[in-house]
Amino acid sequence: MFIQHWQSKVATLRCGFILLAASVSPAATVDFSRDIQPLLARNCFACHGPDHHERKADLRLDTPEAATAIRKSGRAIVTGRPADSLLIRRIEHADPEDRMPPADSGKSLSPAQRQLLRDWIEQGANYSGHWAFEQPVKSLASVPPELAATVHNEIDRFVVARLATEKLSPAKPADRTTLLRRLALDLVGLPPTPKDIDAFLADKSPQAYEKQVDRLLKSRHFGERFGRLWLDAARYADTDGYEKDKPRTVWFYRDWVINAFNRDLPYNQFIIEQIAGDLLPNPTQDQIVATGFLRNSMLNEEGGIDPEQFRMEAMFDRMDTIGKSVLGLTIQCAQCHDHKYDPLSQKDYYRLFAYLNNDHEAMPVVYTGEQLQAIQSIQSRIRQLETGLRKSLPDWRERIIAWERARPKDPEWIPLDIINIGNNAQRYEAMPDHSLLAGGWSPPRFTANFAHTNHLENITAIQIEVLTDPNLPGGGPGRGYDGNFALSELKLQVAPLTDPKKKTATSFARAAGDFDQPEAELPARFTDGTKNRRVTGPAALAIDGKTDTAWAADRGPGRRNQATTAIFELKQPIGTKAGNVFLFDLVQMHGGKNGNDYVTKNLGRFRVSATTASPPLVNPTPPSIQTLLNLRPEDRSTSQWEQIFSHWIATDPEWTDVAKELEGLRDQWPEGTTAYALNARSDVRPTAILKRGDWLKPGEEVLPGIPPFLNQLSPESPRSRLELARWLAADDSPTTARVFVNRIWQACFGNGLVRTPEDFGVQGEPPSHPKLLDWLAVDFMESGWSVKGLIRRIVTSATYRQSSHVTPKLLETDPYNHLLARGPRFRVDAEIVRDITLAASGLLNPEMGGPGIMVPAPEFLFKPPASYGDFPWFNDTGPDKYRRAVYTYRRRSTPFPSLTVFDAPPGDFSCVSRQRSNTPLQALTTLNEPLFVEAAQALARKTIAEGGAADAQRIKYAFRRCVGRVPASNETETILGLLERQRTRFANDAENAKLFAGEGPDESPSVDSPELAAWTAVSRVLLNMDETITKE
Amino acid sequence: MHPFDSSPNPDLLSRRWFLKDCGIGLGSMALASLLKEDARALSAESDPLAPRTPHFAPKAKRVIFLFQAGAPSHLDLFDNKPALTKYDGTLPPPELLEGYRAAFINPNSALMGTRFKFARHGQSGAELSELLPHLAGVADDLCIIKSMATDQFNHAPAQILMNTGHHLFGRPSMGAWSLYGLGSESRNLPGFVVFSTGTKGTSGGAGNWGSGFLPSTYQGVMFRNTGDPILYLSNPPGADRKLQRDTLDTLNQLNRGRFAKVGDPEIAARVNAYEMAFRMQSSAPELMDISGEPQHVLDLYGAGPGKGPYANACLLARRMIERGVRFVQIFHEAWDQHGNLTKDLTKNCKATDQPTAALIADLKNRGLLEDTLVIWGGEFGRTPMVQGGTNDGRDHHPNAFTLFLAGGGVNAGTTLGESDEFGFNVVRDRVHVHDLHATLLHLLGFDHTQLNHRFQGLDMRLTGVAGELVKKIYS
Repeated sequence: MFIQHWQSKVATLRCGFILLAASVSPAATVDFSRDIQPLLARNCFACHGPDHHERKADLRLDTPEAATAIRKSGRAIVTGRPADSLLIRRIEHADPEDRMPPADSGKSLSPAQRQLLRDWIEQGANYSGHWAFEQPVKSLASVPPELAATVHNEIDRFVVARLATEKLSPAKPADRTTLLRRLALDLVGLPPTPKDIDAFLADKSPQAYEKQVDRLLKSRHFGERFGRLWLDAARYADTDGYEKDKPRTVWFYRDWVINAFNRDLPYNQFIIEQIAGDLLPNPTQDQIVATGFLRNSMLNEEGGIDPEQFRMEAMFDRMDTIGKSVLGLTIQCAQCHDHKYDPLSQKDYYRLFAYLNNDHEAMPVVYTGEQLQAIQSIQSRIRQLETGLRKSLPDWRERIIAWERARPKDPEWIPLDIINIGNNAQRYEAMPDHSLLAGGWSPPRFTANFAHTNHLENITAIQIEVLTDPNLPGGGPGRGYDGNFALSELKLQVAPLTDPKKKTATSFARAAGDFDQPEAELPARFTDGTKNRRVTGPAALAIDGKTDTAWAADRGPGRRNQATTAIFELKQPIGTKAGNVFLFDLVQMHGGKNGNDYVTKNLGRFRVSATTASPPLVNPTPPSIQTLLNLRPEDRSTSQWEQIFSHWIATDPEWTDVAKELEGLRDQWPEGTTAYALNARSDVRPTAILKRGDWLKPGEEVLPGIPPFLNQLSPESPRSRLELARWLAADDSPTTARVFVNRIWQACFGNGLVRTPEDFGVQGEPPSHPKLLDWLAVDFMESGWSVKGLIRRIVTSATYRQSSHVTPKLLETDPYNHLLARGPRFRVDAEIVRDITLAASGLLNPEMGGPGIMVPAPEFLFKPPASYGDFPWFNDTGPDKYRRAVYTYRRRSTPFPSLTVFDAPPGDFSCVSRQRSNTPLQALTTLNEPLFVEAAQALARKTIAEGGAADAQRIKYAFRRCVGRVPASNETETILGLLERQRTRFANDAENAKLFAGEGPDESPSVDSPELAAWTAVSRVLLNMDETITKE
Repeated sequence: MHPFDSSPNPDLLSRRWFLKDCGIGLGSMALASLLKEDARALSAESDPLAPRTPHFAPKAKRVIFLFQAGAPSHLDLFDNKPALTKYDGTLPPPELLEGYRAAFINPNSALMGTRFKFARHGQSGAELSELLPHLAGVADDLCIIKSMATDQFNHAPAQILMNTGHHLFGRPSMGAWSLYGLGSESRNLPGFVVFSTGTKGTSGGAGNWGSGFLPSTYQGVMFRNTGDPILYLSNPPGADRKLQRDTLDTLNQLNRGRFAKVGDPEIAARVNAYEMAFRMQSSAPELMDISGEPQHVLDLYGAGPGKGPYANACLLARRMIERGVRFVQIFHEAWDQHGNLTKDLTKNCKATDQPTAALIADLKNRGLLEDTLVIWGGEFGRTPMVQGGTNDGRDHHPNAFTLFLAGGGVNAGTTLGESDEFGFNVVRDRVHVHDLHATLLHLLGFDHTQLNHRFQGLDMRLTGVAGELVKKIYS
C-alpha cells in the first residue's frame, strides 16, 4: 500500500484505468495479461511466485500447472468453478487472520479486484503468457467512420479507436508555428528560428510539414538530441563517481553515439556494436569505441578497496544497464535471489553475467578522423622508405642474422616474486608471468615497498621490466593517463634471512635501459607545488640518489605504449646461500600535487629479476623485439621480419640517415586520446552464482546462457559476448524493439505507451495502447531498425500533430494524457532548457564533438568541502561555453548545477526516464545563473541591433526568438510596461544600468546603458517564460 | 489579489479545481512572515512538498543528522575497553580475525589501547571519553548505541549505505525519504538542507543526499558556508529586489495569460515556484544571518561570523528547524584517522563537541528537542588494531561502532548494546544500519515496510528487504 499523497494518486489512477476498462463492460472477457497478471503479481507472487526460496506453503500461482495442481487442502484454482477454488475462498475469507493477502503484508484486494479474479476463473482461468514475452505482431484497429477523417497514418487508427471507446475525439491540429517549434525541439532539441517559421508558414505545398521533418532529420543536431537520451541510458559521465571522482577520458564514446544517430545506424547494429563491437571481424576504431557503453560504470578507487570488489559492482551495473536500456527488464533483483515476479532465476542471471565477465577493463588509444588520416600517411611513407631500403638490400635478412649472432648473449634473469609490504593503498595483482599489476588508487607521490626472500648468491644486477597490460591507460606500461611511467629511485636493502632486521643498503654502479629517453621536464600539470626542476630521462636517473629525477621511457605518441626494460648493476654482488631478504623500494615521486586527479606516473605492470652474470652487461633489447628475436629465423613471419628490420636499421650506424628520416616521420605521429572499451581476455574467467549476490560467496559455477523465457539461441551458438549482442538485437527478441520504440514515443509524448520504460516484466504497467506498441515495434524491425524512420512515422501522425491545449474536463478525465486526446505539452529536458536560451539569445556555438566543456561553474563545487578533493575544473571562458549542453563536462559527484536542477541524471546508473520537476531552484537558475543572465544581455543587444526601431517591433522580434509565435497585443502591452518602468529606473541609475546590461563583445560607445539594461530586463522575462522552456 | 482573477477566459479553467489543487491562491506576493506559515493549506495534489500525514502519530517531526564522515573511532570516544589497554601492543586472538578483511592493515596487527581517559557522566552514567566534555553535559539526553554494525568497510559504499540503505548509488537518501513521506513545513526554504563542513567533501558525494528514483524535488539542497547559501540566490549585478519583483510580476502576467489559453496546470506550478524562489531570496539570507542571535547563544555553540563552519552549521540547523525545514544534514568529513589519531581526534572533537552539545541543549531549551531527532554518527568504526608506523592510527572497521541519538522520542539517558572486550564484534543488541533506518522511520510515524515507491516494478523502500525495529531505542 502506498501512503496517501500525490504519488499514490498517480498509482491509483493507473490502476483505475485497468478496472474501469473491466467494469464498464462486465460481459467482456477478462484478459489475463491485462487484468489478472498485474493483480496476482502485486498481491500474490512475492510468496507464491517464481522465487522458490521465498515460496510459502509450497504454492505457486504464476503457472497454470502449479495453480491447478491437486494439493492436500484442495486446488488453488478449479477451472470454471470459482466457489471451489481455494484462491477465491482465501481472498474472501471472513476471518482477517486467514484472509489473503495477509494483513501484515500491506497488500490488499478491493472488492472489484476479487470479482475480477472470480470472473477469470469462471471464464476458464486462462493463463496466457505475459504480453511482453510474446513476439509482437502487427494488427489493425478499426476506426468509426465519423472519426476516419482524423486518421493520418497507422498510428492514428489505434489512438482514435481507443478514443472512440472512451467517447472522446482527438483535438484539432496544433497551429503551424507551435507545431514547427514542437517538431524542432523534439528532433534537434533547438527552437526554430523566426526565419524557419516564416519559411514554413509560406510553404503552401501539401508536403510542407513532411519537408520540415526531413530537414530536421537530416540536421546534424538530430544526433545531439537523441544521442543525449541514449547517453542517459548509458549512464555516460566524464568522471569515476566515487570519492575522488577522478576524470576519465571517454568522450569518444559520446561522440560515437551522436554520430550513430546522425548516420541512422540501424538500432540492432547500434546494440551489437556497443555490446561487442570489438569482437566483430576486423573491428574499426569506432566499433571498439562503441563498447565504452558497458564501461561507463562508476569506479571506486579509494585507498583500502579490493579492486575485484568494484569490478564486480561494475559488472552488476552493466547487467542492470542492459536490463533497463535494451531488454526493458529489471534483472538486478536476480543478483541475490530468483526474480519474484518474472520467470528469471538467479542462475539465469549469472548465466547472462558469464557472457560479460571475461573482459579486460581496457583503455585503448584512439584518434580523431583527421588524426587517423595523418597516421595513414605517416605509415605509408614509412612503408615506402623501408620497402625501398629492403629492395636495395636483397640480403637484409642475412645481415640481420649476422647482427643477431654478433650481439652479446643476454644473461639469464631469475624472476623474483616480490611481495608488497608497504602501505597497500595501491594494490597489486600477482600475474602468472611473475609480474605485478598495480590497481586501485594510484598515489601521486609515494614509495612502494616490496620484499623477496631467497637463497640466491652473488647477485650482480637487478632488472626491471615495465610491461604493458590491457587494463592500463593506453595499455601502459605506466598508470599515467597516457600510459607513461617514471621510477624516481630504485633502492635495495639486503638482510640475512636469519636476522631480517639487520638490513644493509646496497648501491648501484650503473644503469642501462633499452631506450634512452632524453631528459625532459615534467609538464606543468604534474607540478608538486615546489619549484624543484623535476625531470625524467635515462635509467641512470633512478640510481642518482635524487627523487626529482626519474627513469622513464616515453618514446612519444604511437610508440609510447610498449614494454621497456632497464638493468641496474650492483657495485658489490649480494646474497648468500644461507638465505636473504631483499627489500626493494620503488620510489615514485613524479606525480602531481593533488592526489585526486590521477596525474601520476606509477609503474603499471612490472617484473623484477636478478642475475648472477658477470659484468659488463649489455643494454637490453626492447621486450617487443626480444620476443621476435627469440623465434627461430625460419619461424618468423614477414611482418615479424619487418619489425625486426625497423629496429635493426635504427641500431646500425650504417643507416643513420634513413633512421633519422624515419624518426622524423614517427615524430609527426599525432597525440591520441584514450577511450574506455572492452577487450576480451584469452583465458576465461569462471563465473559462479553468488550467494545473496555477495562476490565473496561464490556457489555453483555456470556457463554463459540466455534466460529460457525469451528468444532462444541455437545450441551450436558460441558462448561469446558477440553472440549475446546478436541475441539482444535479434528480430525475434520480444522486448528489444518494443522497449526502444516506447522510449522514442516517450521522448515525443512525455509518457511512454508503457509508463514503466525500464520494466516490461509482469510488474510493469501494461501498455495503454498494446496493439499500437506492437505495430510500431514490428514496423520498426521491418524497416531495418531505422531510428529516423521510426521517428518520422511518429511525428507525421495526426496524433502527434494535435493541439496540446487542454480543457478542465479533459484534464479531469485524463490528467496525464494517456489516451492521447491532445498533443504533448511539457517542460523540455535540462540540456534543451539551456540550448533554447543560448539559441534564442544568439550565443549558441554549434560546434560538435570533442572533450567535455568545463562551462564556468561556481568554484566551490570543485574544492573541499563540497568536493572530496580538489578537482581540476578549468572554466572554459571562450566560445566553447556557448556550446550545446550535451558537451558540458559531466562530473558525477558534483554535477553541473544548472543541468542537475532541471533533472539531468548524474550518470550514477542507467536512466531511461527522467524526472520532470518544477522547482524554485530552477527559477533561481534561469533568473540569476551567470550564463542565463549573459543570454538575457545578449538577446537585448541583438534585439536593439536587429529588431527594428519601434519598441513594439523589437518586442515582437525578441518574443519570437524565444517562443516562435508573435506576441498577442495584451502580451506586448505587458512587456512594454516593464520596458518603460525599467527605462525610467535605469535612466536615473546609470551605475546599475551598466552592471545589469553587462559588457557585450566589441561594445560600441554609442550604446546607451539604461536602454540596454531595460531591454535586458525584458529579455530576462522572455527567457524565463514557462512557454520558452516548454514544448507545446 | 488572486493572480488569476482577471483571467480573460474564465470558462476555460475550472477555477475551483485550480484554487483547490494548485494552491496558486497562496502564491501571494506579500511577505507577511518569513517564519513557518500554515503550509497545510497547500494541497498535495500539485505540490509534492505539501505537508503530509504519516502512517501513525510520529514521535519526531524533523531530523538533524550530524554525519561524522570518515568514521570516528568508537574506541577512543564512546566504547571504553580496558582490555584493549591491557593487551596494548600484543596481537589479537586469532579466532577474532577469522574471515576478517581489513581495508589497509594486515588484520594481524597489534592491539592499541586508547590514549584517552573515560569517565561516567550524568544520572545515566553514560561513559564518555575526555575528548567530549561538552557532550558529557548533555549525557542524560542521549541514547547511545554501542552496537552498530554495517556491511561495508570502504568509505564511499559505507556512507552511501548509511544514508540510502544500499551500498550502491542510485537510492534515495534518508532525507529524501523523509521529505517524500512528510513533505515540508516551509514554504520559503528547501525541505532538506545539507551542509558540508569538514576538511574535505564526503566520499559518497551528492549520492549521500540524492533523491535516487524519487522525484528530484526531494533531494537535499546544499547550503554553502560562505557567500550565497543557495546557488544563484542573489540577483545578477545591477538588479535589485524591486527589479526582481517587477520581473516576476510581468512574468506572472504572461504565464497567467498562457495558462488561460492552454490550460496546463504545470504553468500554475511554475508561477508558484517563481514566487517561492522570490521568497527564498529573502528568507535564506535572513536565515543565514546569525548576527542577530544573542551573544550567549553564539557562545553556547562557539558560533559566529568567521567561526568554525561546523559550529555555525549546528546553529543554522536549529534556525532551519524553527522555520519548518524537515531534514538538516551536516556532513563533517574529518574522521579518517589512519595515523595521527591522538592529535587529529583531539582537534576534531574540539571543533565539534561543543556545537553538538549546544545544539541538543538549545533545542531542549526551546522545547524543540522532544519532536526533533538528532543523530550523530559516521559510516563505520575503527579497528582495535593499530595502523601506521607511529603506532597512532586505526583502520576501517565495520563489525562494531557507536552512534547516538537525542530527542525525537528516543529514550534519553540510555546506552544500548555492547561490543566485546576489544570493541571488535557486537555481543548484545546488534543494530544494523537497516535496523536503524527502520527505527528512524518509525519515529517519524512510518512503518518502514509501507513507506515505499514503485520503481522498476518493485515497491522500493529505504530498508530494502531488511530492517527490524529496535524498540529499545524508543520504548
